Formats: sequence, structure tokens, C-alpha cells
Amino acid sequence: MIPLNYYLVLGALLFAISVAGIFLNRKNLIVLLMAIELMLLAVNLNFVAFAHALGDLSGQVFVFFILTVAAAESAIGLAILVALFRNLRSIHVDDLGSLKG
Amino acid sequence: MDLMTLSCIAAFAPLAGAMLAGFLGWKLGRVFAHTSAIASVAISFAASVAAFVQVWHGASLDSELYSWIVGDGFHLQIGFLVDRLTVTMMCVVTFVSLMVHVYTIGYMADDPGYQRFFAYIALFTFSMMMLVMSNNFLQLFFGWEAVGLVSYLLIGFWFTRPTAIYAGLKAFLANRVGDFGFLLGIALVFAAFGTLDYAPVFAGAGRFAHVVLDLVPGWNWSLLSVICICLFVGAMGKSAQFPLHVWLPDSMEGPTPISALIHAATMVTAGIFMVARMSPLFELSPAALSLVMVVGAITMFFMALVALVMFDIKRVIAYSTLSQLGYMTVALGASAYPVAIFHLMTHAFFKALLFLGAGSVILALHHEQDMRRMGGLRKYLPITYWTMVVGTLANAGLPPFSGFFSKDSVIEALRASTAGAHTFAYVLALGGIFVSALYSFRLLFFAFHGAERFESAGHAEHAEHDAPADPAAEGGEEAPHEALHGKPHESPWVVTVPLILLAIPSVAIGAITIGPMLYGGWFGSSIAASRTMEEMAREFRGPLAMALDSFASLPLWLGLAGLAIAWYLYIARPGVAAVVKRKSGFLATLLEHKYYLDEFNDWFFARGARRLGTGLWLWGDKTVIDGIMVNGTAHLIGWFAGRARRMQTGYIYHYAFTMIFGVFALLSFFWLFLKL
Repeated sequence: MIPLNYYLVLGALLFAISVAGIFLNRKNLIVLLMAIELMLLAVNLNFVAFAHALGDLSGQVFVFFILTVAAAESAIGLAILVALFRNLRSIHVDDLGSLKG
Repeated sequence: MDLMTLSCIAAFAPLAGAMLAGFLGWKLGRVFAHTSAIASVAISFAASVAAFVQVWHGASLDSELYSWIVGDGFHLQIGFLVDRLTVTMMCVVTFVSLMVHVYTIGYMADDPGYQRFFAYIALFTFSMMMLVMSNNFLQLFFGWEAVGLVSYLLIGFWFTRPTAIYAGLKAFLANRVGDFGFLLGIALVFAAFGTLDYAPVFAGAGRFAHVVLDLVPGWNWSLLSVICICLFVGAMGKSAQFPLHVWLPDSMEGPTPISALIHAATMVTAGIFMVARMSPLFELSPAALSLVMVVGAITMFFMALVALVMFDIKRVIAYSTLSQLGYMTVALGASAYPVAIFHLMTHAFFKALLFLGAGSVILALHHEQDMRRMGGLRKYLPITYWTMVVGTLANAGLPPFSGFFSKDSVIEALRASTAGAHTFAYVLALGGIFVSALYSFRLLFFAFHGAERFESAGHAEHAEHDAPADPAAEGGEEAPHEALHGKPHESPWVVTVPLILLAIPSVAIGAITIGPMLYGGWFGSSIAASRTMEEMAREFRGPLAMALDSFASLPLWLGLAGLAIAWYLYIARPGVAAVVKRKSGFLATLLEHKYYLDEFNDWFFARGARRLGTGLWLWGDKTVIDGIMVNGTAHLIGWFAGRARRMQTGYIYHYAFTMIFGVFALLSFFWLFLKL
């Protein structure tokens, strides 16, 4: 059997990569959305790993919820992206600085 | 009439006269003003003499006239204490005041402020009477301040002259410094005794003889010593002792009658009177008495030296007054309080005489005060001359004039004293005898003998007065006056009669009163007994014996030596004086600048205070408070906000990162430290 730890470490790595992806990314807003998706995916992996290790199906059921939410949220995110592009004519992250204090 | 009524009349009559002359004088004319003032002071004098007679036969008074404030353990009153010391002072004050009042009719005859002057001198008489007749410290202080105020008003009487204003202010400020110490002393008395009345304080003083005050941690002083030293600081201001003496020579800016009244006979003696009155306290404090003696000795000798180089006739007499006040002070320091009062009394007479005589000369020469423009006046002003001779002989202390008895008594007191500094003071006193004879006769010979120099006075510019003259001033003694036409003539009778009346006690009163006053128990319980007085009483064998004995002792010969040298320098060989001055170079300059004390006071206190003020303004106010504390705080906040503002980058990923980081930190904290 593959030890539980391996799955957890994989999930943690994916999460870390996606967090790094959020703030190391300056060029592309879509990459930002992708990184958010990846974060959710890493969490999903964690849930499934525990469900398999503990023999409890609740984990997998919860993954369904998360997937649904993730899908809805990426739909909205892309819609915002399109609206933003129409106004700003750019998807460069560094151009979104109007909240600067 | 009982003592209380007499006291009220003696004290309040001059006040009534002052009110009448002051408020109604301008309307009802000069004769009304001087009549009301003189009548009031004459009534006061009569009441004082009547009180004197009663007290001589054993009466005395210590009671309250009016309760001012009555509180919890706090009783302030107006009251009179009339005992032997008081009536002595009362008679002296009212007599000299009366003489000055009569004299003023002649002296201020052509002055526009005639009525104002009479109001002021009558007011002064009232203040001085309140001072000497008081039975508590508060009333004493009231009289003290009132005489200071009237002195200021009178010094600056010719208020259009800047030098007079400056001198008045200087007098008031120097007095104020003394009053600060005086107030501290009074406050300490109240704190210790709980009352300001003399009787309980004197009665209870013995209980406090060993009470110690912790001024600075570890530095203990006897309470009574601190009280007495503080009170004496007040006396230093009022009686012009070193270093608070600087106001008295400048006070000669005022008209001569007030120089006679205030700055010779009465106000400046208030300090001496106060110490004598407080003798029960001072006797319990050897430290204070030592201070009194040292300060008096310094004043006595060093001020006499300055009189040798002054050319303004009034300033010579002013420095002479300073020196004689020093004599009175050393007598106080030697615990010989009756001697000090005795000298106060004789001095009042002959010094007032000298001042009024000088005023007569000034009047005759149309307000000329520089002795270098006098000379040979004895032909023209005989009465003035002979009374001045009497005054000078008394001032120099030659027997059998009154000054001899009082000065010699001071010297005897210093010899009999057991105070630490008495040898120092004794030596300076002897030196002072020589110098005082020298300057007294210098004045007499310079002004009245020798070649007549007043003819050229009218043409010369008078830029050589000791006080800076102001050519734009009007109606004053140094104003451009009309030249003296012809020869000077004797002053009117209102001027010469007071001179004669003052000359009589200058001759006689010493010999007559020395026995009863000093050794016959005249002062009784009003002055504390002391070993010095007992010692002196053992050696006294009567005035005649004293006068004859003097030929076998040093002071008389020192006085005669002074007379001889003055005669040599100013009559026999007039040119020698200038040579002596040139040869003594630095010493003469030091004396002429009055030891540079005025320059020092100006530099250190006046300019020092301004520099302190400017410094505090520029550094304390502008830099520290405005700059650092107010503006600086705002600036700091602005700077900090500028830094903090950079956190708001506007980039969402920065905010997201911060959120993630925050969650991570929180979880770590909970997991590591709280084990949840």
C-alpha cells in the first residue's frame, strides 16, 4: 500500500506550488485563476487520501461539494476576467493597481 | 489722653494731611497743601512727644486696633505696640519729618509738583509711623512696603527725567530683592509660631532655640538662624547694606528734602529698627549676628572709601550715609542694640542736617551740585556754613558732638563683643573713622573754603556729574539753569530755621542721652539684654569721662588725622589732591566706578535675565516645545504613515499572500504554543 504520508505530501506540494503561483505571477490573470483551481484540487486530494486511509466515504462525498463550488467559482472568475479585459484591455496583473494607497 | 488715642493721632494725622494735600491741593492751592501737611505732621510730633512722656513714666501699650482677618487659628490685626523703643523712633521720625516739611516750603517753592510733594512726604510719615508702631509682622511689612513705594514715587518725582525714573526703579527692585528674603522670614515665623504678633513670638522664641531645619538633606540649620538671616536680608535691602546698597547713591536723583528724610534719617533706618525690635530672636542666633556684623563691617568701610572720590555734594553725603548705616549694623551684630538705636538717632539729626545744608547750598547756587563749581561759600551763606560745620563735626565723630558719643559707643561695643568677626569689624571701624573724618572735612573745605569757582559755573557744560545728565529734562537739579548772576545769598528762613533746629540736637543730644539710653535701662524690656551691653556698662563712667578718655585712645586721633589731611589737601596745598589721584591710578578708578558693582549688576542680572529669557524662548519654546513636541509629533506620525502606506500596494496577490501567511502563522501559533 502507498503510505498515507505520500498522498499528504503530494497535496501539500501542490498547494505550495499554487500559492507560489499566485504571487510569483505578474503577467497573466488566467494563470492566477488556474492557481486557485490547483489549490482547490490539492485540498481535494487531501480529502480523498484520508477517505481511503480511514475507510470513510465522507471524504469523497465532500470532494463533490468542493468540485461543484470550484466549477462555479471558475465560471464567475472567467466572466469577471472577460469584463475586466473589455475595460482595461489588458490582463497583466500589475495593471490592476487602482487600490494602491 | 491715653496711649491708644495718642498713637492713633500720631499714626493717622499724617495720612489725613496727605489725603488733603493730595486730593484737594491741586484745587485749593499751594498754601493749603503745605499747611495741611505741616499741621498734620506737627500734630503727629506733638502726640509722639506726649506718648514719650507717658512711656517715660512707665506706661506702655500693646493692643489691637482692628481685627482684619479672623480664621481658624489665623488672626491678622492692625495694632500698636508703644514701648520705649517705639517712642524713641516716633519722636525722631516726626521731628525730622517736620523739619523737612518746613524746609520744603523754601526748597520746592518754584516746582510745579509742590502739592504732590507734600502729599507724598506726609504719606511717607504715615507709612513710617505704621512701621515703627506695629505690633505684628504683617503691619510691619505693610509699613515696610509703603515706605518703599513712597520712596520710589519721590525718587522719580521729576518723572520727565529718565535718570530719575531709572533710579526709582532701581531702588524699588533692590528693595524687592530684600523683601523677598523678608517675606520668607515672616512666613517661617508664621509656620513655626502659628501667629504673626510680636508678643507671643518673642515670648515663645526660647522654646525654638534648638529646633533644627533640614534645608537640604543632610544640611541642618537652626530654625531661628534661618528666620533671622531671612529677616536680615530684608534689612539689607531697606537699609542699603552690601550688596543691596546700589540703590541709595542713585536715589540722590530725588529732591534734596527727601534725601534728608528718607534716605538718611528714616526709611533706611527701618532695617536697623527692625533688627533691634527682633532682638529677642537675634539673641538666640549667633550665626545671624555674625552675618550682620560682617555685612555691616564691609559696608561701613568700603562705602566710606567711595565718598572720597565723589564730586557731587549729595553723593558724598549718600556714601557717608551708607557707611554710617554700616556702623549701626555692626553694632547690631555685636548685640549692642541700644547702641545701634542711639547711633540711629544721632545720625538722623546730623545727617538730615547735612543733607538740608547741602540743599541750601544747591538752592543758593541755582541748583548746582558739583563741588568743583563751589568754593568760598562761607562768606555768603553763614548760617548754612556754621550749621554744616556742626553737622560735619558730628559726622566725623569729634567730641563733644553727638556723633562722637554714638560712634565711640559702637567701637566700644565691637571691642566688648564676643562674636567671631568682631576683630575684623573693629579694625574696619577704626579705618572708617579716619576715612569719614577725611571725606566730611573734604566736603566742608571743598564747598565752603578756598577759591570761589562758582562764577564760571554758568558757562560750562555740566557733563561731569556722576549721574548721566540729560539735557532735555526740565525742572530738575541738573537741567540747564540760568547762570548765577552776582553772588549767592543766604536761603530764606524756612530753609535756615530747620537747619538750626537740627543743629541743636546734633550738638547736645549725644551727651545728654547716652547715660540713660544705653546704660540707664531706658529700653527696658523692649530690647533683649546681652552680654555686650553688660560689659560696656561696667566700663562706662559718664559722658564727660568718655570725652576726656577719648584723648587717650585711637579713634579720636584717627579722626583728627583725617581732619588734618583734609585741611592739607584742600586748603593748604590744593594741587596735591590731583597728584594723589593720578598716582593711585587703578585704585581711584575702582572707587570712581563704585567697585564696578553697577556694571556687574547690569551685566549679570539685567542682561543675564534678558539672555535667559531669549534663550528660553529660542531653545525652550521654539525648538523644544514647538519644534520637537508639537511639530515633531505630527511629523513623526506623518513619516510613519508614509511607511505604513506602502503596505497598500493595490495588488490582490499581495493581499492574498498576506492572508495565507496570516493563516499559516495563526495555525502554527495554536499548534506550537497552545497545543490545540
